[in-house]
Amino acid sequence: MSIDLSQEPKMTWVGAKTIVDPSISIKRGALYIAESRLRAMLNWWKSIIAFGLGNPTLYLLSIGIGIGSLVDKSLGANGIDHVSYLTFLAPALLATAGLQGALDEVTWPTLQGFVWDRTFFSMNATAISGKQVVNGVMLAAMVRCALQVFLYELCLLAFGAISWQSIPILLLVASTAGLGFSSLMLAFSASIKDDDGIFALVGRFIITPMFMFSGTFYPITSMPMYLQWIGWISPQWHATNLGRALSYGMPIEPWLLIIHWSVLIGMSVVGFSLAHRVFEKRLSA
Amino acid sequence: MAVNPDTEAMIVATNLTKSYGDFKAVDGINFTVRKGESFGLLGPNGAGKSTTMKMIAATSQRTSGELTILGKDPNISGPEIRAHLGVVPQQDNLDRELKVWENLMIYGRYFGLSRKFLKVKIEELLEFAQLGEKRNSKTEELSGGMKRRLTIARGLVNEPEILMLDEPTTGLDPQARHILWDRLFRLKELGVTLVITTHYMDEAEQLCDRLMVMDKGKIMAEGSPSELIKKYSSKEVLEVRFGSANNAAVALELAGIGQRLEILPDRILVYAENGEKALEEIVKKGLEPVTSLVRRSSLEDVFLRLTGRTLVD
Repeated sequence: MSIDLSQEPKMTWVGAKTIVDPSISIKRGALYIAESRLRAMLNWWKSIIAFGLGNPTLYLLSIGIGIGSLVDKSLGANGIDHVSYLTFLAPALLATAGLQGALDEVTWPTLQGFVWDRTFFSMNATAISGKQVVNGVMLAAMVRCALQVFLYELCLLAFGAISWQSIPILLLVASTAGLGFSSLMLAFSASIKDDDGIFALVGRFIITPMFMFSGTFYPITSMPMYLQWIGWISPQWHATNLGRALSYGMPIEPWLLIIHWSVLIGMSVVGFSLAHRVFEKRLSA
Repeated sequence: MAVNPDTEAMIVATNLTKSYGDFKAVDGINFTVRKGESFGLLGPNGAGKSTTMKMIAATSQRTSGELTILGKDPNISGPEIRAHLGVVPQQDNLDRELKVWENLMIYGRYFGLSRKFLKVKIEELLEFAQLGEKRNSKTEELSGGMKRRLTIARGLVNEPEILMLDEPTTGLDPQARHILWDRLFRLKELGVTLVITTHYMDEAEQLCDRLMVMDKGKIMAEGSPSELIKKYSSKEVLEVRFGSANNAAVALELAGIGQRLEILPDRILVYAENGEKALEEIVKKGLEPVTSLVRRSSLEDVFLRLTGRTLVD
């Protein structure tokens, strides 16, 4: 392509001193980061919606209805917690949706930001700080997480697994779990040099066991003691138990309720402070 | 353009040092950049240019020494300083998932600029970067030169007081380089202070009012391109080749011709006020170079003199 150098582009120039007020970015930087992440997500909105509705539908049809009818048939009215198997399963599935929805926004995109496109460095070249990048990324991840949980809830509602009254509290529980886990995973993702199959390992040896051994399909107490610890440290179990207690009223000790909330919130406190530290360090190297 | 020493100082570095463990990437350098100046950091790969740039960009913290940018200390006022800088990094770090115009929009938003202001600004910048037709393309569809222009346009979105360009034209073809130089020259005319790193001497000569030659984290020399050439080299250079096997032997016989000799593996450089005359002297000695060439001294010669190495290895 040949370009005419004689063209004179117009350029108004007042100067940054006049047009840029640093205090605005210092105050709202995280929102700007979230804005750009959500803008990028908008490119995928069709897949996000399709996946958000399609995945639960398939899952509910196969596991929920298939296995559910088997369980309900054999247990009858004395089903687990005296509710249908699908209702018992619903809070666990929502917890998974919350964990996974937020996780997708903090793993690969973090490598993209630090290694492949280095976009985090371009953000940090402006008035935006490393902490604000973390907060913005997490904010966008929570939007994605809440959306994914909400879509799942719609499916569960359609299958009669949850009541519409329980939608807000289940959304809150699953999103809190997503927040705690993904903030820790953000700190982890930010501290790896490049992907050497590490995320696949995390998927296989952390995410999957967490899903399988956290009382997702049956009460955690039906597992032998030496496996139950996996549930205790897993956000999946804490969110599932909370969801069951707060949606259909699974009987629970009050102190356990406090523990569940504390673990999920505590995870995000630790996750954020670690992520802040790792980001600041890596961006200023 | 000579800059008055009373002009506002945009960057002042005193004993600026950056170490990574035992390795000193930047080793106690001193310099000042004044408003409206176009300041170049010249040096080979690993000289400490990029590290210096990152410190000036208020992202990388210095290990020791003093640094003041736009009157502020970057260790304390990083975000305030960065709000008024434009940064064009060595590697384009555009957002691949966003379109050309969106890249400019989100970047402008990072500075807290309003969408209304940015709508107008983006049109100007697209025209400036000659990317108007590509506004809706994804950045991965752009050529190397276009990406570079977009990265530069992005660095201008906040109308920065200082625009920092880290190797702006490395990896570009000659035409793309000339377009970029033209654009940067226009920014200079607008009064934007430019800080440029490069290992191309022609780029430094084209764009920089003043240069700092760096090697191994230290400043080897400082001055305008013509001052540096005058101080560290002769007016002309005669390049003669006798075949790589013979250069070293012939060089002994050339002693005394010109002011200084530089023996490179493939050729001998004879530094002289008059290159043609030096060539005559060589021929008079009965030596016949395979090829000979007389040229003006350049910054490459300055660098060779200062470090004993060529710029682009």
